[in-house]
Amino acid sequence: MTQQTGPAGTAGPARPLSQRRPFGDRSFQIITLGAGLLVLVILVLIAFSTTQQAAPWFKAEGWGIFGKTWNPPSNQFGALAFIYGTAITSAIAIIMAVPVSVGIALLLTEVVPYRWARPIVYVIDLLAVVPSVVWGLWGILVFVPWIAKIYKSIGSAVTGIPVLENLFGPPTSGASFFTAGIILAFMITPIVTSLSREVIATVPAIDKEGAYALGATRLEMIQGAVWPHSKGGIVGAVLLGLGRAMGETIAAALVIGSSAVITSHLFAPGDSMPAVIANQFPEATGTFRAALIGLGVLLFAFTIIVNVIARLIVGRAIEQGSA
Amino acid sequence: MAVTAGQQPSLREAKGWRRTKNRIATVLMVVAFVLVLIPLVLVLITVVARGAKIISWQFLTAPIPPSVAPASEGGIGPAILGTFLIVGLATVMAVPLGILGAIYLNEYGGKGVLARLIGFMADVMTGVPSIVMGLFIFSIWVLHFQFSGFAGALALGCLMLPVVIRSTDEMLKLVPNPLREGSYALGATKARVTTTVVLPAAIGGIVSGALLAIARAAGETAPLLFTILTVTTANPNPFKGPNTSIPSQIFSNATSAFTGAQDRAWGAALTLIVIAFVLMLAARIITARFTRYSR
Repeated sequence: MTQQTGPAGTAGPARPLSQRRPFGDRSFQIITLGAGLLVLVILVLIAFSTTQQAAPWFKAEGWGIFGKTWNPPSNQFGALAFIYGTAITSAIAIIMAVPVSVGIALLLTEVVPYRWARPIVYVIDLLAVVPSVVWGLWGILVFVPWIAKIYKSIGSAVTGIPVLENLFGPPTSGASFFTAGIILAFMITPIVTSLSREVIATVPAIDKEGAYALGATRLEMIQGAVWPHSKGGIVGAVLLGLGRAMGETIAAALVIGSSAVITSHLFAPGDSMPAVIANQFPEATGTFRAALIGLGVLLFAFTIIVNVIARLIVGRAIEQGSA
Repeated sequence: MAVTAGQQPSLREAKGWRRTKNRIATVLMVVAFVLVLIPLVLVLITVVARGAKIISWQFLTAPIPPSVAPASEGGIGPAILGTFLIVGLATVMAVPLGILGAIYLNEYGGKGVLARLIGFMADVMTGVPSIVMGLFIFSIWVLHFQFSGFAGALALGCLMLPVVIRSTDEMLKLVPNPLREGSYALGATKARVTTTVVLPAAIGGIVSGALLAIARAAGETAPLLFTILTVTTANPNPFKGPNTSIPSQIFSNATSAFTGAQDRAWGAALTLIVIAFVLMLAARIITARFTRYSR
């Protein structure tokens, strides 16, 4: 410890300990830094390499990339139908998954005792571990044939009613926007639940006890103490779920019906950005392939924006909560 | 203090509409859980019922037959081999790098700007769609070096890296500081403290986090579509030539019109779910047995 072998070797004011660190110590730090920087490097490389591969599409179409017509044989690659499909299916998934997820998160944090909460968390974890392709397989072979009949009867029931006919009327198909939305809802429920739960868990006990002490029922306590404290964080959790729903590929590719149309009919077959990439990539070459990679670039950009906003909100909510 | 009966506030449960509303809210929460339970149970029952009929030792090891073959012929041997090779390679790359990255975040970076940026971007990276990872590896690797199991492993590794970083980081945060300070006081360097004191203290949580990341990666299909090129022949060399995997086979069989191919998809789905559940269970057991510090 006392043997100082610095380059100067002169007696002087004692150096701070950090300057005497041996080589192995410093190289370990550099290795860990490199591993950490890998995250940033990969993200930059993703943006750079995929944009480069998609360049022919961007150049050929210009703003036409947001055009309505997708017709590979005649070299028309407008992506609007897929962006529309992604937006619609994600919206359906969010509308269905969020109330359920927040309900379960409240059940876990405010209602059931700890020993009951654990099995419920296991079930949610099981849901998260079912692979996308298994949801897709079940979706196309079991769920789609079953729900096709329901769509059909709803479709004939609403025929003639102005707005409902446009949303739920024929043409109906088991593989549709709505089916994809339902399957996506199953898939994003675990992440929305676990983040909502994390946010709700930061509500100070003293707020909750205060509400109870004033004679509030549990619902009134949730409305008065939990909700104001955690609504921001829950919005973040919902956005994260949205990001997942937008990028979910295989399940959507199997049950969405693969039809590049823009229609208000939710029970009609459609297509989404990740689904079309998965389904059409194998036979794509030239501008076609560039267009599909370009869809990936757009998807990457959308999900990064959504995720950055969501993480900022969730991070702030949890930090404020636990501070 | 003497309080007369008349002044005492009512401590009984709220009555009337308030109580009804409260009850309704509680019931709705339970209903929410049941709504989630239904699809999970339906999927698991279907997969187990239809998969169990076909799974046998022969199914797990035999080569993949053409789609027209009946369910009694062939199996998914090459897909299982491919999944083990690809996921294994991805694990070997992503887990050590992820742990090192987390060590930087927690032990070296601290609250510095760079460490906070990396931690934040690791969170964001967990949200990058898996299909984008596939396109990324296609663009930087497959276009130059052809399809291979290794390309698939690179894509899965990119997906696993941020997950491992985040779960390890959480575990390192739980290691109490006095443990580190005690070792510094004995004259140990930071690298030594980290490798011999901090990591062993957190190893249970780190391993179970890594197992969960592997379980998720084993089920991924989208990043493999454009990196391994889903063939039907066995390829024991992950560095050369196209490969296949269990999820890729399910994906290509799911749209097949032949019942034999569909049955093989169910069998493969059951295999995949069993692998994922075993990994998850192992993670739970390790967490329960070997975790010294938890929240």
